Amino acid sequence: MLKILKYSFYDLIRSRWSYVYFSFYLLLGSVLLFLNNDLSKAVITLMNVIIVLVPLIGTIFGVMYYYNSKEFTELLLAQPLKRSSIFLGQYLGVAISLSMSLILGLGIPFIFYGLFKSSAIWDFSLLLITGTFLTLIFTALAFNIALSNENKIKGFGYAILLWLFLAIIYDGIFLMSLILFEDYPLDKLSLVGTMLNPIDLSRTLILLKLDISALLGYTGAIFKQFFGTSFGLIVSFIMLTAWVILPVLRIVFKSKKKDF
Amino acid sequence: MRNLFSFLTAILMASSTIAQTIEVCKTCPISSIKDAIIQAKDFDTIIVKKGTYKEHDILVNKPLTIIGEKYPVIDGELKGEIITIISDNVTVDGLFIINVGTSYTEDYAAIRVRKSKNFLIQNLVLEKLFFGIYIEKSRNGKVFHNKIIGDAVEEYNSGNGIQLWYSKNVQIEHNFVQHVRDGIYLEFSDDCLIKNNVSTLNVRYGLHFMFSNDDTYQDNTFENNGAGVAVMFSKRIKMYNNIFKENWGTASYGMLLKEINDGEIEGNTFEDNTIGINIEGSNRINYKQNTFINNGWAVKVKGACYTNKFTENNFLYNSFDIAYNSNVNDNEFDKNYWSNYTGYDLDKNGIGDVPYRPVKLFSYIVNRTPETIILLRSMFIDIIDFSEKVSPVFTPDDLLDNNPQIKKLTW
Repeated sequence: MLKILKYSFYDLIRSRWSYVYFSFYLLLGSVLLFLNNDLSKAVITLMNVIIVLVPLIGTIFGVMYYYNSKEFTELLLAQPLKRSSIFLGQYLGVAISLSMSLILGLGIPFIFYGLFKSSAIWDFSLLLITGTFLTLIFTALAFNIALSNENKIKGFGYAILLWLFLAIIYDGIFLMSLILFEDYPLDKLSLVGTMLNPIDLSRTLILLKLDISALLGYTGAIFKQFFGTSFGLIVSFIMLTAWVILPVLRIVFKSKKKDF
Repeated sequence: MRNLFSFLTAILMASSTIAQTIEVCKTCPISSIKDAIIQAKDFDTIIVKKGTYKEHDILVNKPLTIIGEKYPVIDGELKGEIITIISDNVTVDGLFIINVGTSYTEDYAAIRVRKSKNFLIQNLVLEKLFFGIYIEKSRNGKVFHNKIIGDAVEEYNSGNGIQLWYSKNVQIEHNFVQHVRDGIYLEFSDDCLIKNNVSTLNVRYGLHFMFSNDDTYQDNTFENNGAGVAVMFSKRIKMYNNIFKENWGTASYGMLLKEINDGEIEGNTFEDNTIGINIEGSNRINYKQNTFINNGWAVKVKGACYTNKFTENNFLYNSFDIAYNSNVNDNEFDKNYWSNYTGYDLDKNGIGDVPYRPVKLFSYIVNRTPETIILLRSMFIDIIDFSEKVSPVFTPDDLLDNNPQIKKLTW
């Protein structure tokens, strides 16, 4: 698996798209800092960008990579190699190279701007951690979609739909259902609803850091326990990890059964 | 010149013969403060030496100066009130008073001033108290540089740090109040000055005003109180350069204004509060040069607020800048800096070319269904906020800052 991971990783590192992605974040980070002159405000803006953009790029890139390297995969399948290690290797190759672009692209301008001397360092590292988690999750989801769809167009369509659903539509439905059932106690439902969407989950993680004073304005005891203590942070991380593991397990499972 | 000198010495001699000094210590002829007060004549000075005095119900009924040397301890043994002042011109200085009795029918205080004028209470340390300094129906006094540290846990069985009741023209300065019910409480007290105090970690309010007019409070710090600061049913209150910090919780405010008219709020800092200022039924107040940083809601307007003016304030990184619960607006917002402003300044005059709408649609939704707060900063919410911004339906149409600043204001 490690060998395949290494090949995919080097292949991707040398590819044009990684550089584009890397330089995009580099540019974004430097421009934000240049315009804002304020680390903590730049972190807030970045959060908005990361939560939307990282999943989008993760899905598209994952699907694209799978379809592009299909011939190479078929060649590998002819060799005496475990199927799970082929696909996991490819998956990790994509996910790690994307995460690296994100971390380096954003990290470099912030470090040059004096991140280590600033109090925003924890917020920023939380941002990078959630960014990495989102990459891992959405690349895995993309591989799932690609594995289940032979048709490229269909695969891309589903990938974009998935992103659109989790990034926007889900919140819309969530909001409508909260308003619709406002006569009932909703704090449990709203927390569960958040857990079921990785984008919402990482948004909550960052909210815990940035908007804690607003979140504590709500009356519910469960809310208070969730947001007021480290309980929320721990549960969110466990859920994010679950969101990585489940799709990866499905990749393993699906790839074993699939006919090529 | 020589005449003047001899005249001064004459006065000094005369005064020293009239005003005597009485010393109180464990081994002295007078070993209790009560005895000393009985023996003292008007305008005498009582010096209490270091030691522990187990006394309560000390009644100061003549104009005396009571000074503690090296903080003598007066232990009330939880039996009731400790010092009660009922005479004019009394000074109490440098005592360490502990163990005030708790009662559910009477407000026992560590030191109470009743119907007196020209009192001075300074350099006291109060611990294990019910009420701290209780000033009733008195005027022209000063409460200066005291340290009050309570151990209040519940509202119903705890008292206030410094309480004024029907008093006039009292100055409360440089006090440090912690862990009591209300740090400083004013009821029916006019023309008072509250300055440079620090009131933190109190069970209810850091500062509490009721029916008190023409008071000024400035340069105080209120931090981490159960419900922040409440100013209610008062007129012409001036609030300058105070700091309101870290008042977190459901019913917690940096400052709660209820039925306040004609006040001035200038140069204050509201930081990390759930609600910076909560306004209800308050009219004609000028908010100027205040800074709101990292609050959940910087300003929450709850109806019946007319002709308030918000000018030259800094609104920095608040989750919600302004929240309204109706779409009627009679307040004015002008020349503020909003960190959430996204407009541009093409003519480079430092003022944004597009007006800013500080009220978001989402704040209405949260007002209606509080659980939706969990969707804060979601992309869907950004989209509906944007569409509301383009054509306001739920938010007040005329609630605009026409001159939003491009750069953070400094004064």
